[in-house]
Amino acid sequence: MSESAANVILRTSPHFRSHNRVDTIMRNVVYALLPVCAFSVYQFGISVLALLITCTATCLLTEHFVCKLSGKPSTTNDWSVAITGLLLGLILPPGFPLWMAAVAAIFGVGIGKMFFGGLGFNIMNPALVGRAFAQAAFTVPATTWTPFMAENRFTDFIPSTLTMPFMKPVPVADWIASVSPDGWTGATPLALMKFDQISTEPVRLMLGTTAGSAGETSALLILICGLYLVARRMMDWRITFSVLLTAGATSGIFYMINPAVYPDPIFTIFSGGLMLGAVFMATDMVSSPVTPLGIWIYGALIGFITVIIRLFGGLNEGVMYAILLANACSPLISSFTQPRIYGALAKKGAA
Amino acid sequence: MMHGLKSLFDPAHWMRSTFSHGVHPEENKHYTANKPIRRLPFPPELVIPLSQHAGAPSEMVVHPGQEVLRGQLIAKAGGFVSVPQHAPATGVIKRVELMPTSKGPRTPSVILEVYPGDSQEVRYFEPRDVNAMSAKEIAQAVQDTGLVGLGGAAFPTHVKLSPPKEHKVHTVLINGCECEPFLTTDHRIMVEQAKDLVSGTQIFMRALGAEKAIIGTEENKLDAVEAIEKVLPADGSITVKAVQTKYPQGAEKMLAKALMDIEIPSGNFPSSVGLAVFNVSSTAQLGQLLPRSQGIIERVVTITGPGVDRPGNYIVPIGTPLRFILDQLGFSGTAQHLIMGGPMMGGTVASLDVPITKGCGGVLVLTEQDMRGIQPNSYPCISCAKCLEACPMHLNPSQLGKLAYKHRYEEMAESFHLNDCFECGCCSFVCPSNIPLVQYFRIAKSSNRQAPKKAS
Repeated sequence: MSESAANVILRTSPHFRSHNRVDTIMRNVVYALLPVCAFSVYQFGISVLALLITCTATCLLTEHFVCKLSGKPSTTNDWSVAITGLLLGLILPPGFPLWMAAVAAIFGVGIGKMFFGGLGFNIMNPALVGRAFAQAAFTVPATTWTPFMAENRFTDFIPSTLTMPFMKPVPVADWIASVSPDGWTGATPLALMKFDQISTEPVRLMLGTTAGSAGETSALLILICGLYLVARRMMDWRITFSVLLTAGATSGIFYMINPAVYPDPIFTIFSGGLMLGAVFMATDMVSSPVTPLGIWIYGALIGFITVIIRLFGGLNEGVMYAILLANACSPLISSFTQPRIYGALAKKGAA
Repeated sequence: MMHGLKSLFDPAHWMRSTFSHGVHPEENKHYTANKPIRRLPFPPELVIPLSQHAGAPSEMVVHPGQEVLRGQLIAKAGGFVSVPQHAPATGVIKRVELMPTSKGPRTPSVILEVYPGDSQEVRYFEPRDVNAMSAKEIAQAVQDTGLVGLGGAAFPTHVKLSPPKEHKVHTVLINGCECEPFLTTDHRIMVEQAKDLVSGTQIFMRALGAEKAIIGTEENKLDAVEAIEKVLPADGSITVKAVQTKYPQGAEKMLAKALMDIEIPSGNFPSSVGLAVFNVSSTAQLGQLLPRSQGIIERVVTITGPGVDRPGNYIVPIGTPLRFILDQLGFSGTAQHLIMGGPMMGGTVASLDVPITKGCGGVLVLTEQDMRGIQPNSYPCISCAKCLEACPMHLNPSQLGKLAYKHRYEEMAESFHLNDCFECGCCSFVCPSNIPLVQYFRIAKSSNRQAPKKAS
């Protein structure tokens, strides 16, 4: 028996841990993203499949090589970079040139994440950093939308997808006209609303039968995937709820002022990238605040800025910048909203 | 995990009060919850540390070679926050030696050789009438029993009976939550010794001048509620209430919140809001010991876990070495991990010579397999806020952890309430990054305690 005693391991309490681990959480977020990916491939075809693969592979390789270069073990096995890759693919236009997607992925992971020290240390969501880079560097392709449910989507690539690096982009207007002869204008529901005051039916927004970034169109599917994560306690529903509530409320106020110009709250909530942003990007644990009050403020900030940019900004979409700005504010929000500890108020009263 | 599902659909569960935050570790009480308390034989040798309580060590009043009778005083209290020690068995004092304890450092301990042929009858038996005693006399008598908090803190019980003069205790809370997984000591005592528990409660009420008492337990011990209700006094001064099963419901601050909806102010004693909190095992022991003027010489210990062949709740003489207990109950050869106390707050022991002390309510024996799920590596903090949702004191362990990593210990105490952490371990339990948060906080607290000494 004394031999057994020699084998005892000395550890400190608590001796048991809950089963949730970082890699489990991250892996489940990937699972939750897969249906969204599948739908976007179904809707836009093999171009999106190639886009998702390119983004994910580039993100993984970038993180792997940065780790190797800095002489540390690779951190790709925590699954977090896979989320970044899939998300980046989902928020780019379906026909986005692959080489540009790869550059955006390298920038997003390299500068947005690894430059700060990797998982846990990045200030902003790396996928959005990549997207913002794409928006700035490749403005035209980043805002060129292609028709959904094109007939040849499973056999042919969208021509712009296979653009050669640093060459003049293939003009896709002719291709778009050839696959959608019924006078499709190449606008997303948000653009239609902003510039022409044409509203899209809520059912189409929820189901996702509209143009838009690869994975942002089906609000309902995104919401269901989010519910899976909430049920597994791997996502903070308060952030999503707060974003959607504030966005709805803010847009509701403007709608009441002038329903002819401003969209109704339902349209706001279900259009554009708001649902994808609210469910999968605003809830990024690393770049959101930790304090209970801070979480509500952070969500509200995103919802509010999104609507303001959409209504009054030069762009018709505002979620990306709203989340990036809120990311930047989140350490400050956390530090101003420290929780009231047990017994603290009573002490103040006594003193 | 199981707990959450079962209770989700139980309306009775939602009617029960609790504190906010906390965690739900797997209970694992099934090993011993239904096993009646039984007695273990005496070991050939007892090891009685002179420091089994918070406060100054006890002072020896016997000498090596002297014969002592079971229950005889062998060491007197070394100060106000100290208690005496009594001989747990009839035998002969062999020597005083530095021996390992579950707390770590070696402590001067009395080695008592037990007479194998003796009847081990308790010889000290002078009945006294508690109702004829003054509050001060009761407090003295409680100190004379050598009683400490049997829930694990081992804080001398009589000290709580002398609250600061400006504090008036109106309610005595008896803590039967036993929220630590695996442990069932308090549970069995409530079921089997309800009468002693009630008389102990009345002694506390008398000593403090409190009008009422609430015995609080968790909803996973409803048989205890039943047993206690049968023996409650008719005047309604003592009630029993089950609260939600959650860790760390057994912390006195959490219990006060759940039973009375009162927050004990940060940095203050429960008496500042008119409360006094005692553990059920301590209370039941007092109900037995005080009327007989006897000292505490044994206690109930849950010996459990997959690594022990015959788990159960056993009466063990104070000072029984772990080795003897495990020999008696069958100790699987693959056992790797010995914990004294519960898995959330207990400490691992490295030596089987460690004795059972007054504050030890459980011995948990785990095998190599049980430890397999534990991940060895840790990830950076991903700010998931799980620790904030778990911390019963509503601290910000994430922020504290980041500061601890940078050794900014003073800032932790000054700006982030480090000293309100009572080391329950909820934050470490939930952390998906496996960051040893509570371990960091222990180090930070002890560093802060030493800092002023260094400066002077």
